[in-house]
Amino acid sequence: MPNYVFIESRDAFDSPDTSFLAETAVSLKKRGNNVTVFLVQNGVLAARTLSRKSHLPLLLESGVTVLADDLSLAERGIQSEECQSAMKAASIDQFVDLLLQENTRAVWH
Amino acid sequence: MAEKTLTIALMDPPYETAATTTALRIVSAALKKGIRVNVFAYEGAVSLAIKDQAPHANPVKGTTVEQEEHPTTKEFVRSLLAIGSSNSQLTWVNCGLCVDERGAVNVIDGVKRGSPADFYKMATESTNTLVIPTK
Repeated sequence: MPNYVFIESRDAFDSPDTSFLAETAVSLKKRGNNVTVFLVQNGVLAARTLSRKSHLPLLLESGVTVLADDLSLAERGIQSEECQSAMKAASIDQFVDLLLQENTRAVWH
Repeated sequence: MAEKTLTIALMDPPYETAATTTALRIVSAALKKGIRVNVFAYEGAVSLAIKDQAPHANPVKGTTVEQEEHPTTKEFVRSLLAIGSSNSQLTWVNCGLCVDERGAVNVIDGVKRGSPADFYKMATESTNTLVIPTK
């Protein structure tokens, strides 16, 4: 079973096509794949629970693993208590480990 | 365990987007784990390693060049190439056509010239490949 890692670097408020990434990730998960969405740069702006345009609830309810770059969160002053509880902060080291898992396909957006 | 290799394609020019910073962080993290890394610099990314880049003072803060310690992308690339020193774990290839279009020929030592065929070869021989496109 392939692993899919989607890297979302864009702000959902600035880039409406972030919905396409979320829908693709959910579809792949429904087909039984391991799917992770890694938020980085302005992609982490969707991490706040109060973010109305966030696709995170859809992703998390579908069983997609959602990680957020710890440095990107810190740069933007986003605290863990503001975020979706099922989302986890992750280091760039953890991201490299994900990329180098066997049979992993990575897509940057 | 077989040696792992990560190939990354970059396209953004220096000081343009946060993606370059993220890419360099990924390269650094992978090298520190002992993973071999290939970078294929395409389009504007060929200017990341230009030798003539100069740091500058900060007139807003009133700091000098020395006080500011302004980071240039060539210094980031140079420090990444230095990991493993004599047998660098990092192979950095600039797209030759992109270099010629921009006149971006004067690059730091260790940066190679190549073509998309090199990228294809690196990608097919790597554990994984990450393409970081322009927005």
